[in-house]
Amino acid sequence: MSSENLSDTQMEYEDEKQDSQEKNANLVKGEEVKLKAKYPGLGQKPGGSDFLMKRLQKGQKYFDSGDYNMAKAKMKNKQLPVAGPDKNLVTGDHIPTPQDLPQRRSSLVTSKLAG
Amino acid sequence: MAGTGGGSNDVQWCFSQVKGAIDDDVAEADIISTVEFNHSGELLATGDKGGRVVIFQQEIENKSQPQCRSEYNVYSTFQSHEPEFDYLKSLEIEEKINKIRWLPQKNAAQFLLSTNDKTIKLWKISERDKRLEGYNLKEEDGRCIDPNTVTALRVPVFRPMDLMVEASPRRVFANAHTYHINSISINSDHETYLSADDLRINLWHQEITDRSFNIVDIKPVNMEELTEVITAAEFHPNQCNTFVYSSSKGSIRLCDMRASALCDKHSKLFEEPEDPSNRSFFSEIISSISDVKFSHNGRYMMTRDYLSVKIWDLNMETRPVETFQVHEYLRSKLCSLYENDCIFDKFECCWNGNDSVVMTGSYNNFFRMFDRGQRWDVTLEASRESSKPRQVLKPRKVCAGGKRKKDEISVDSLDFNKKILHTAWHPQDNIIAVATTNNLYIFQDKVN
Repeated sequence: MSSENLSDTQMEYEDEKQDSQEKNANLVKGEEVKLKAKYPGLGQKPGGSDFLMKRLQKGQKYFDSGDYNMAKAKMKNKQLPVAGPDKNLVTGDHIPTPQDLPQRRSSLVTSKLAG
Repeated sequence: MAGTGGGSNDVQWCFSQVKGAIDDDVAEADIISTVEFNHSGELLATGDKGGRVVIFQQEIENKSQPQCRSEYNVYSTFQSHEPEFDYLKSLEIEEKINKIRWLPQKNAAQFLLSTNDKTIKLWKISERDKRLEGYNLKEEDGRCIDPNTVTALRVPVFRPMDLMVEASPRRVFANAHTYHINSISINSDHETYLSADDLRINLWHQEITDRSFNIVDIKPVNMEELTEVITAAEFHPNQCNTFVYSSSKGSIRLCDMRASALCDKHSKLFEEPEDPSNRSFFSEIISSISDVKFSHNGRYMMTRDYLSVKIWDLNMETRPVETFQVHEYLRSKLCSLYENDCIFDKFECCWNGNDSVVMTGSYNNFFRMFDRGQRWDVTLEASRESSKPRQVLKPRKVCAGGKRKKDEISVDSLDFNKKILHTAWHPQDNIIAVATTNNLYIFQDKVN
């Protein structure tokens, strides 16, 4: 950007703006370095597909029929386990039943805002 | 009281009311997820994570005096959405109310649209202050009378009763969104509305629930090529053919429904070019727009990204006309904000009645106001400590580094769990509603 026609004060302002922008960029770069140091394997496409995919898949709960059948075969001689300690575990050896699925009952209690 | 004074310089904000429980142990269901005034400002609706809607009504203390204190009291509360499980897709559907939008009032009843991730519902809120008495075939308690025992006929009459406010679902608009709904917006034509999810925008008629038109579809053929999602959408306040949608990449597209049936091709693209030397891992994440709102006069729109609020003139696509820094001091904390997921928080923003001041939330229960004309800004706090009746709010200041002055709070002491994501401004007066995690604060302009 040509600075020939700018007055002194205008040039000072532009310099200052550039300075603070550089400072901002340095602050952010510093944060990036910190993050990369903690997580060296962090994806090549930051803020791109990975985090978008996570956003689109919110709420997904997976049920694996293979796991289910394997566990059922294992459990043939034993009692079926009652709801596991971790209610969210619906795969692996734990055989999920409809009762085990995280029962998120609606709030039949009136909102405290109306109290 | 009307927003003619405008400038945050002359307005003194005072505590008016706070709603919600005092205890620190917040149940997830009580987390407030949306706040919205209706078109007259008489009603204030809130939605929460538990799928409930609470509506407050303004009651003027002294109707004869033009400038008088008013209070918002509970008017109606109902369960809008319930949790669901989509067995076909193995998808858990939260009952959390993402947005509430009021319909312009056409008759005695009030109507609002409320939406969760998948389903939009039209609710009718009506008052009943009379009931019929004197039925011929029914006792007062509802038991049926044997017709054979009736010897005379009488005409049922209306008798006054205690005011009852009833909410009933009039329409359910379901099964139109594969992805999660983030916005609904009512058209100025008073007939249609749009709903937007991460990849698509649909146009509905308010009366028709079994059909909706897809007007924007940004889903790529190959999902691996996905680079951006829709984050918010809104209809223009008076041009019924125009709407905008914002993206996770920081751009806003304005579309004209007269141009074609499918508005994949935008009429205008608003994007501020980024200096390539400033590019970092965080650039795209912090440029993601979390909210877009047209000004009341329809000449401007405001966008909120992680660190700033930008005002755009609809006639200029190259850059915003004003940029306000909300909490610039967080730039040096992006690493930890990424780790604790706060960098993905979606803050909303709002205009005052005459478009002279804008407001948005921040952390530590702080919220910010920016006066466009006088270039003034202020940081205020919603807290129980400053909640004595009519107590004037004291401006707060965050110290970014170096020597901390008295009354300032340092960046490291900020509570990032106390976020103000949702705020609303009365359409005419200087009355604001600010939602903390589970409390709703109402502040008003100081009355003489």
